[in-house]
Amino acid sequence: MTLSIDISHRLGDFAIEANFESAGRLTALFGPSGSGKSTLINLIAGLIRPQKGRIVVDGRVLVDTAAGIFVPMHKRRIGMVFQDARLFPHMSVAGNLRYGRWFTPPSERYANIDAVVDLLGIGHLLDRRPAKLSGGEKQRVAIGRALLASPKLLLMDEPLASLDEARKAEILPYIERLRDKTKIPIAYVSHSVAEVARLASDVVVLSQGKVAAFGSTEAIMQRLDLLPAEERGEGGAVLNARVLRHDEAFGMTVLGSPAGEIRVPRLPRPAGALVRLRIRARDVMIATEQPAGLSALNILVGTIAAVRPGIGPTVEIAIDCNGAIVLARITEQSKHSLRLALGRKVFAVIKTVSFDDTTTGLGLPVEADG
Amino acid sequence: MNWLLDLNPDEWNAVRLSIKVATVAMIASLPPGILIALLLARGRFWGKTLLNGLVHLPLILPPVVTGYLLLLTFGRRGPAGAFLAEHLGIVFSFRWTGAALACGVMGFPLMVRAIRLSIEAVDRKMEAAAGTLGAHPLWVFATITLPLILPGLIAGAILSFAKAMGEFGATITFVSNIPNETQTLPSAIYTFTQVPGGDAGAIRLTLISIVISMVALVASEVLARRVGRRMDIE
Repeated sequence: MTLSIDISHRLGDFAIEANFESAGRLTALFGPSGSGKSTLINLIAGLIRPQKGRIVVDGRVLVDTAAGIFVPMHKRRIGMVFQDARLFPHMSVAGNLRYGRWFTPPSERYANIDAVVDLLGIGHLLDRRPAKLSGGEKQRVAIGRALLASPKLLLMDEPLASLDEARKAEILPYIERLRDKTKIPIAYVSHSVAEVARLASDVVVLSQGKVAAFGSTEAIMQRLDLLPAEERGEGGAVLNARVLRHDEAFGMTVLGSPAGEIRVPRLPRPAGALVRLRIRARDVMIATEQPAGLSALNILVGTIAAVRPGIGPTVEIAIDCNGAIVLARITEQSKHSLRLALGRKVFAVIKTVSFDDTTTGLGLPVEADG
Repeated sequence: MNWLLDLNPDEWNAVRLSIKVATVAMIASLPPGILIALLLARGRFWGKTLLNGLVHLPLILPPVVTGYLLLLTFGRRGPAGAFLAEHLGIVFSFRWTGAALACGVMGFPLMVRAIRLSIEAVDRKMEAAAGTLGAHPLWVFATITLPLILPGLIAGAILSFAKAMGEFGATITFVSNIPNETQTLPSAIYTFTQVPGGDAGAIRLTLISIVISMVALVASEVLARRVGRRMDIE
């Protein structure tokens, strides 16, 4: 499946000019508020008619202003999950879930209601009214409703933005399952580094209506300069790791990553499970000699692959650990006094407690990692 | 109680006729009422203010004027009346259908207002969500918009019914006061008050008119509450 966009659209004094093509499992449209990501997703869904451009989903031309093509939204077969779930208040949860099925030709119905209900864990809610659901439950029902219309592409417009941290943590695993267990490609709008690093296979970075960068999540997350200012602290290397074993005595999990073994607080996953690990650049210390007498448990060896100026008095150091890049953000002064330069052998030190639920997600299946 | 129900056939006919006229006026006004309310709530077209004014005219004009205008347009020799009589066989003048038309027109602004308000309160994002699920705009209207404005529809219908039950001026001007044909409750009461010794009849019909109005009002309350509970909008 490929999603191919080449659009220019003007709304007042805001102009959106986007051109990219993604074949990822879950493509994140990432950027600060006002960067045009929601406009872009509304253009794909058909809620807005673009002034100029082309939108092609899986070879099917949905919009081509030059050829006068504009497929109305109800014929696009593109599912949408809105930030405000938008469940129909006059129908039960079951009624909401079944709504899209009516309008799907039987030959194109691939979504099975029992499987979707099971995937999202909403079986106990079926008879309830939307008003009686919590924010997290509403959003899960909204995802199920979109899925049951058997869409060819699923759009998610900041589905977690209006939820508190606990609710976000409740839903994220369901979105991971959706990404890994179904074949529907997903385009996911978000301004959160944590969500994007955890969920996305590919990232489109939007800034002031334009595509600032496009690439794999691993590549984009290292470009701290692309992240919105308030989210920059969350940026860092994204590593695909595997659970090696659990250290029950100390309540830890040992992960095997290309950069070496990494100890994190105990994860509720079996040995062998894929884990996607985000190491915030600000959580990484650099030592020029093998540290001793240190409380931090993770010490990775590598060589400095890049030195980039950071924000304010900081620099970003990219450390190549066995081919995997770990990013550190340190002060200009430390760089100076340690005489850090390209090619130098260094030790990256990461505290185990710097990992939490938001930095350890379910890894993408290997084939999707490319 | 007995003396209250001890109506003579003419009086019974007036009660029956009033209910029939009001019901027909209400039901016949609903489709155009919804359409005009939709246009006024959502349409963007030239002459919208004019349409709005036209709809509200019966509310401001003296009922006699409305009745007279109906007589001019829908009477035997009126342009619309002659056309309808000739091509569709529908005759309004001096028939109960004319009374229903007069009552429907008089209640129309009230109905349109109630429906329009409820349409304006509908969250259009819900309709967009239904669209992304594959529903054609007409289906969206039938399955999302219509159920969401149901309380407004009920309120509008009851207002129209109540107005029709009480309508007097336009009806008597347009279709006169013919027993068994166009003599509705208000006309019958009026007739009683014009003859010596008609007080008892007038009071009987007045009480009946109060009872019918109360029943309609309570029924609408119950219905609206039921719909509201089913909907449970946050």
